[in-house]
Amino acid sequence: MVTVEFANSLQRHKPCPPQQVSSGSLAQVLNAAFTAEPSLRHYVLDDQGHIRKHVAVFIDSQIHLPRDAMAQPVRDGCKVLVIQSLTGG
Amino acid sequence: MQSLLVSTRKGLFELLAHSAGAWTIAAHHFPGEPVSQTFTDALTGHWFAALRLGHFGVKLYRSTDRGKSWQEMACPALPPQPTQGFWADDPTPWSVEMIWSFAATGPAHQRRLWAGTMPAAVFYSDDGGQSWTLCDSFWRDEKRKQWMGGGNDYPGLHTLLVNPVDESHLTAAISCGGIWESRDAGCSWQSIGQGFKADFVPPELISEPNVQDPHRVSRCTAQPAVMWTQLHFGLYRSEDHGQHWQQLQGHPEIGDFGFPILADPVNPERGWVVPAQSDTHRYAPGARMCVARTDDAGKTWQVFRSGLPQQSYDLIYRHGLTLSADGQALAIASTTGNLWLSSDAGQQWHQISQHLPPINAVMFAAN
Repeated sequence: MVTVEFANSLQRHKPCPPQQVSSGSLAQVLNAAFTAEPSLRHYVLDDQGHIRKHVAVFIDSQIHLPRDAMAQPVRDGCKVLVIQSLTGG
Repeated sequence: MQSLLVSTRKGLFELLAHSAGAWTIAAHHFPGEPVSQTFTDALTGHWFAALRLGHFGVKLYRSTDRGKSWQEMACPALPPQPTQGFWADDPTPWSVEMIWSFAATGPAHQRRLWAGTMPAAVFYSDDGGQSWTLCDSFWRDEKRKQWMGGGNDYPGLHTLLVNPVDESHLTAAISCGGIWESRDAGCSWQSIGQGFKADFVPPELISEPNVQDPHRVSRCTAQPAVMWTQLHFGLYRSEDHGQHWQQLQGHPEIGDFGFPILADPVNPERGWVVPAQSDTHRYAPGARMCVARTDDAGKTWQVFRSGLPQQSYDLIYRHGLTLSADGQALAIASTTGNLWLSSDAGQQWHQISQHLPPINAVMFAAN
């Protein structure tokens, strides 16, 4: 399983407690994490389904780039952390 | 009681008039969040607020109780960008970054809400903002690749006007993509506007309608063929729904640069501008705030300064000048957080606030 966590700044807008979801591509992992609160998707991803310009996604301790590489595999035991980039402040 | 909605970098402020000249902040909606535009629909009574969150993108809220509560609605969104063909290398992102303009058409029970966005696109909703449809022919018009950003990274559609005599006739203004109109309720769109002179493009393109930068367009409600625009360089007026434009001479003291322009809803010869000192400075001309009004279709202008600071570096954005529905009150709001009102058609001004966040837009709520 993969753990997905969202920063407090996002929880201010939407309920998004930490979740355990099945491994898969980054797109599949995030989509699974949006299931409980589908409107969360538009906060994290843009209209093209890519990571927003001022959102940072870490897989374990590594920031995930480029933003449109949503096919990146996320293995069991990994942690995905979704936080705001300081660039958007 | 009249409400004034002030969209700022740090939330939506609602001010109420308790008596003549006595306005107070009654509510601060979405504190801390950038609000790009608001809209109040006189027919349904619904209010809309468009947010542009720094990290999490554009968001849309609706209130059915005049701001007492807000519900998040769906946002207009662009379709998947083609990976082949004409649009595969489109430098403009296929993702809505800001809602910049609203309009509404139709009877209350079949109300259609319109939204103009950055990147420049037109959307409509027939369910009060729960879902949106893109005007696809407009978005995929190949002339769009000639557009440029104006003060923003991408072209933006900041003005949507409805012809009150024929609501299937819509006019849109884009910085920088000129003026477009639809005569069939958004099904097809045409670039219009003869007579402009853009000084920021190669000489052979100076009069090309599709490259112009209309900072704002305003229409006279009583005579909707009469329209005014503050172009990037120059003031213009049209008497045929924007097909042809005549350049106006600005007042020599203040020039003809600025962002907002406002048509009087009744008198087709009256209009207001809030000038700025050229595009190299972008604050009040000579650092002295003023509002200019013409009562003779732009032949001459009166410059009003009473009540406005004469050492000031305020800039009034394109949505920072507004008129109440009864035509009695004018408001201007600045990037420096200043807000002024006039109750005599712009001659005398009263400062309402001087400590607001940078102001994107101001409007009187429809009653």
